[in-house]
Amino acid sequence: MDLFIQLTLTGLTNGAILSLAALGFVLIYKSSDVINFAQGEFLLIGAYVLFSMIVQFHLPWTIGLVITLLVAVAIGVLVERLVLRPLIGEPIISVIMATIGLSSLLRAIVSTIWGNQPRAFPPFIPSKPVHILGATVGADRLWAIGIAVLMLVLFNLFFTRSKEGIAMRAVADDQQAAMSMGISVKRIFAWAWSIAAVTAAIGGALVANIVGVGPELAGFGLRVFPVVILGGLDSIPGAIIGGLIIGLLEAYVGGYIGMGLNQVISFVVLIIILMVRPYGLFGQEIIERV
Amino acid sequence: MVSGIFHTSYESDMALRRTPAQKIRLALFILFILVFPFFASRYTLTLANQVAIATIGAIGLNILTGYTGQISLGQGGFMAVGAYTAGLVTVRLGLPWWLSIIIASLVTAAVGALFGIPSLRLKGLYLAIATLAAQEIILWVVTHWKALTGGVEALVVPDPMLFGIRINSDFNFYWLAWGLVGITALMTVNLFRTHYGRAFIAIRDQDIAAEVMGINLFRYKLLAFALSSFFVGLSGALIAHYRSIVTWERFTIDVSVLYLAMIIIGGLGSVSGSLFGATFMTLLPAVLNNLGRSLRGVFPQITSIMPFIQQATFGLVIILFLILEPEGIKKLWEDIKDYFRLWPFSY
Repeated sequence: MDLFIQLTLTGLTNGAILSLAALGFVLIYKSSDVINFAQGEFLLIGAYVLFSMIVQFHLPWTIGLVITLLVAVAIGVLVERLVLRPLIGEPIISVIMATIGLSSLLRAIVSTIWGNQPRAFPPFIPSKPVHILGATVGADRLWAIGIAVLMLVLFNLFFTRSKEGIAMRAVADDQQAAMSMGISVKRIFAWAWSIAAVTAAIGGALVANIVGVGPELAGFGLRVFPVVILGGLDSIPGAIIGGLIIGLLEAYVGGYIGMGLNQVISFVVLIIILMVRPYGLFGQEIIERV
Repeated sequence: MVSGIFHTSYESDMALRRTPAQKIRLALFILFILVFPFFASRYTLTLANQVAIATIGAIGLNILTGYTGQISLGQGGFMAVGAYTAGLVTVRLGLPWWLSIIIASLVTAAVGALFGIPSLRLKGLYLAIATLAAQEIILWVVTHWKALTGGVEALVVPDPMLFGIRINSDFNFYWLAWGLVGITALMTVNLFRTHYGRAFIAIRDQDIAAEVMGINLFRYKLLAFALSSFFVGLSGALIAHYRSIVTWERFTIDVSVLYLAMIIIGGLGSVSGSLFGATFMTLLPAVLNNLGRSLRGVFPQITSIMPFIQQATFGLVIILFLILEPEGIKKLWEDIKDYFRLWPFSY
């Protein structure tokens, strides 16, 4: 029973981080139909910029975080302007390939600036162990769950209450109709990319706080796919719940079965979901199908 | 004075090479390939062999992605299947190398068709994600099925011998690899002059219309996956015998991305584009390396950041090609030819 609770807690916290990475991904897909293979690199950049702010410039973490988020906004806008905008209307393989190229470019830039060695992160969220029902979990991991839930609430408000959020949903639904209603599609795309970069930066900071910074953080970019497919590519709650489910699944499989099966189980689930219910748990039931 | 290429009979329209200039260029290219190894250094021969292997793999992927329109991120996994099958049947069963290459290609074709099944329900980016999962699953099986593949440890393959000659020396392997490139190219070009190839292209352009025209999507999509994987497996098997060593690191998701980049930069849906792309993407890191070595005197720190420069160039080249010339090197080459053909009235 202790093992079960421990695994549940670990799974939920890992899942929460996955959810954060998935959020930005879903956001971009929702507004511009672009699959972003560079999401992991956004995470990486967020973690490293915050690392530099705290360690190299000795800023308090609050100011450092604000600067990091500003950098993330800048990167999001730049990427949208320089890479994605020229590709509007191009076939899907071009867009996929462009974000793959982008991920390679960003990772190279990060490695040139910060090197390839993993480094310890000065904890800005306390990581002292907390005991729940006989299991132990770091406080920073609980924070991750809290922040994921907070982001879910914020995003839901954003998409239902704010003008930009509603415009974003309109663009996702039909670009031409949105344009004729006076919505600037280009501005909405820039919004989507910078918000995605910001959520990724927050996710990156949280992961870095738990495991340290290193190039492996970019691996989250691929681990996000099972999450978003399970939850539904265009569903914000789906990203959160999908993340938690995948996190739990990996924890249980790793704890009870082992043999490294936890590394691949999510991709097996991914194939099954794609075969049975391609729009995921909460996605809109529109899918390209023959 | 010519104003373009016009055909007056079906024979000339269907011909493999349509103009005298094309025939001369092909003859010159084949002559170059035949003469090249006698003047090349060992280093350039190694590069030429890598280009040959990459070309076969790129043609394979192009059959699936360029001609049939099914985006695949599983190339690395399929190559792993080819390489490990070739290595294992040679080591464990003691079969001759040429038989192992054929078996590897057939096994990869079967595995490819298996992972092609999701393509019946999915297309576009959903299929890309499904093949990405295939890549991860295949590589996981390779690294965890220790009894069969030896897990993460390298699989050592004995040297391929033919009449007492070691085939995998750079010079000898050159003939095998480029011979197979020739066969692969000829088969692929001819494939798209048959009704199978035309069905593939129809599926790419409009799948629903293709089905209305009587093309069985189930059969033809699986066939495209199998045919494509056959050549991909061939390329993987060649890697196994050329390197004499098979390790899983050679078949990661980065390889899938590299091959997609090859066919996009070279030109989708084109055999010559596959050759251009494979050559470009194989030579690019080598050229950068040499450039870095010659600049070492001026910038001593360049060797330490060389891997990053290569990675950044890789990403940058992909993005720039997509934005500036989405149809790839093949289009550039056509533009050059058109310019000279129509000169001085190029409009």
